[in-house]
Amino acid sequence: MTAEANIPARSRTISRPFVWMLSGLRRMPLLVTLSIAFLTLMLVVTVFGRFLQPYAFEQIDLLARMKPPAPLEGFTWTHPLGTDKLGRDLLSRLIVGAQTSMALTLLGTVVGAIIGITLGFVAAHKGRWWDEAIMAAVDFQAAMPWFIVALAVLAFMGNSMIVFLMLMGLYGWEGYARITRGLVLSAREQGYALAVHGLGATPRWIYLRHVLPNIAGPLLVQLTINFPSTILFETSLSFLGLGIRPPMTSLGQMLGEGRDYLISAWWLAVVPGTVIFLTTLSMSILGDWLRARLDPSLEN
Amino acid sequence: MPVLLEAENLARSFTLGRKGLFRPARQFNAVDGVSLSVNRGETLGIVGESGCGKSTLSRLLLGLLPPSQGSVMLDGAETTDVTPEEWRRLRQRMQLVFQDAAGSLDPRLTIRAQVEEPLRIHGLPLEMADTALDAVGLGGAMSARYPHEMSGGQLQRVIIARALVMKPEFLVLDEPVSALDVSIQAQIVNLLRDLQRELGLTYVFVSHDLGIVRHVSDRVAVMYLGRIVETAPKAEFYAKPLHPYSQLLLNSVPVPDPTRRKRARIVPGDPPNPADPPSGCRFHPRCPLATKLCREQAPELRDFGGRQAACHMIETARVAPKRAAVPTPDARQEEEVFA
Amino acid sequence: MTWLPVRLARAALTMWLVVTFVFVVLRLTGDPAAILLPDDIDAQTLAFYREKWGLADPLWQQYLKYWAGLLHGDFGISFRNDMDAFALVWERVPKTALLGGTALGIALFIGIPAGILAAIWKDSWIDRTIMTSAVFGFSMPNFFLGILLILAFSLRLRWLPSSGSGTWAHLVLPAITLGTGFAAQIARYSRSSMIEVLSRAYMRTASSKGTGPVRRVALHAIPNAAVPVVTVLGIQVGQLLGWAVVTETVFAWPGIGRLLTHSVALRDLAVVQCIMILLALTMVTSNMIVDILYGWLDPRVRVGAGTAQK
Repeated sequence: MTAEANIPARSRTISRPFVWMLSGLRRMPLLVTLSIAFLTLMLVVTVFGRFLQPYAFEQIDLLARMKPPAPLEGFTWTHPLGTDKLGRDLLSRLIVGAQTSMALTLLGTVVGAIIGITLGFVAAHKGRWWDEAIMAAVDFQAAMPWFIVALAVLAFMGNSMIVFLMLMGLYGWEGYARITRGLVLSAREQGYALAVHGLGATPRWIYLRHVLPNIAGPLLVQLTINFPSTILFETSLSFLGLGIRPPMTSLGQMLGEGRDYLISAWWLAVVPGTVIFLTTLSMSILGDWLRARLDPSLEN
Repeated sequence: MPVLLEAENLARSFTLGRKGLFRPARQFNAVDGVSLSVNRGETLGIVGESGCGKSTLSRLLLGLLPPSQGSVMLDGAETTDVTPEEWRRLRQRMQLVFQDAAGSLDPRLTIRAQVEEPLRIHGLPLEMADTALDAVGLGGAMSARYPHEMSGGQLQRVIIARALVMKPEFLVLDEPVSALDVSIQAQIVNLLRDLQRELGLTYVFVSHDLGIVRHVSDRVAVMYLGRIVETAPKAEFYAKPLHPYSQLLLNSVPVPDPTRRKRARIVPGDPPNPADPPSGCRFHPRCPLATKLCREQAPELRDFGGRQAACHMIETARVAPKRAAVPTPDARQEEEVFA
Repeated sequence: MTWLPVRLARAALTMWLVVTFVFVVLRLTGDPAAILLPDDIDAQTLAFYREKWGLADPLWQQYLKYWAGLLHGDFGISFRNDMDAFALVWERVPKTALLGGTALGIALFIGIPAGILAAIWKDSWIDRTIMTSAVFGFSMPNFFLGILLILAFSLRLRWLPSSGSGTWAHLVLPAITLGTGFAAQIARYSRSSMIEVLSRAYMRTASSKGTGPVRRVALHAIPNAAVPVVTVLGIQVGQLLGWAVVTETVFAWPGIGRLLTHSVALRDLAVVQCIMILLALTMVTSNMIVDILYGWLDPRVRVGAGTAQK
């Protein structure tokens, strides 16, 4: 009760994890900083995408077809990343494609996380048959070659955005469910959960105010693991010509299109491919770093 | 004094291990037929070795665990078998103070937020937290701290403040000081006594430490393997315990005086496995007075002039006091009282 | 061994769910006959095909008939060329097995030693180099790696063919494409598993008994570290098969993946169904084998089996 006595009682109410995050920034490795920077850029593109494109991404200019990107011989500053077979500006397409891919992936990840976390909570809370049934569903989901299911469903049902989004949302939920269930079962046995129960709190109160915030860290790590595979899910399907199809575009769809011009215009495939790669890479690096900080025993 | 809390034949069994296809689940009774009453404004001390069911009993008294059998009445009203809303309302009247203070606080919340939590849960004015925090001496800037920034004694005060904030009538203190240093123990015990006097609280004080129980209690109940074997007013209990187990237990109290230390002994033998209790009187394998009757028939709690004990041999032992396992030094002076 | 029947029952339940799901979902998309056949077809021909493909009965009867067929190994006939669906798929299995097996071989051959080395020299430059490469490795999308390899080795250097499956040279690029991400994951799991084992008490005991470092790692650490790696392997085999579809498409490798993309495009319900069920069966079986192996490698697990799958 010395120096701290002067601080007003309510001024130090910033929650612990936030302080912890900030304190981590100073000792952050360069790769992590770069990853965060890249992901921020991707997020900006996701939010503002269509306002940032220099041309309308579907605008055709037959006089400027197959222009190479910036450092290569024959490029023009009007199209810094070059143009495709129809003379559409590659930078604009990249921005819109990234926006589509990112938005879908974020939505898919969030939906998957919500489904998985909710079911994990229910399994842990209700126990018995609920638990058995949910864990059977988890086993089922893990045994389904989901990518192939999506492939078939999309091909049979046609180009439906809703179906695509549903398939992405269902992809990977079982990971969250498994982790949440385990974490909740152990967090619930913590003294504070029992104590708050004794104060008269409802299970809902305990889960939302105490258990969820205390297991948020591992779930965040799971999110960083799930995100890259979800973006690969989207891009792979679009690459195969399912999922996002023209006239819309996504990173995978661009890559799929570019594959036909590998000899004459390799950049049409390499540029979107690099963006996909950098996104998954950044997320993985960030995830590894978060995991190491959350659980020092995991070293890595 | 009017009775505040009354427990009637409380029992609670737990299942050991998972039930197999051909293997029935094994049950054991952590609390096995306990009846007791607590008067308004008094402190009932419950003592016993670890594993005797003290913690289970304290949770049963508060309704934190549903009993397998029996009931608890608060102010003459049933508290077991009530609707969830009713159960939640009862939390405002009866609270538990935990032994593991650090573990029962959420590490992410400030002290103030922890003490305010019961008020938020029950929709009471948050200003009530100030009173409670001041009462335990943690007002002002201290309340902005996080649990990991505080000492064990301070954390125990937080737990007490959180239990008191809704102005309950009845508190169960489950080993509230056993994790603390002796000097801090005294502070907390004194705080509890002051609070009791000011707020007119009723306590059940559960502990394995006979010294502290002697310090805080008005009456004492001794538990052995899920049953109460003796209850008595404090002075009489410490002066002359009736049950052979109480006598052994009192004799095992570590005495601070170094010259008497050599006489302090621990109760001989280990408590039997609670999952497989002995026949008859549960204490008989360790009892120096055990007879065939004790091995075959469980003794009931019987009245002995304002106190109760569950032992077949009390009259016999009194006729031949020399056979009593360990007459305590203090007990001799007051022997006439019960003769 | 009471856990084994429980495990088998769970696997059977999972397979039942898979078959039901596949059956229902693929039929939710509408009447396959109407989609498949030209719009101007006469009712009689339509009825003939519906009868032939088993689409004339109510859905639940189709479902029961499908199950009855499955239990005899009959997956129906292809809607496209009247061949037995299973025979069509089976014909492609060797190609996919060759590709997947080679990729798995590459992954193990690179991943395990890399993980062990990184663990032994933990926190050194060796560790950092290996682990950074691993992050790059498994962040690399399969299809993009394939395209980069084609660009470099087929189009620029002209060393290796970019498509087809005639010779051994055809196998190199697809196998590397498919194996890289897998190798990176195996390296990570081997590393963390090794680090954990190396820090355990019996390793110190071995060290204090005077066992040399090479013997210590080879005889004590590696067998113990293998346990979690085996688990991961089983789970990853399923993913490997999923990615094989993409890789086979990129390199025009005539395996199950290519057949699947073809059949999907042609809406050949029977073949798609057959592939999905067989893949799920492979995943369920490999998970189960892993569980059994795991129990055999680490006897403690048997007690808790049936509660949660790793």
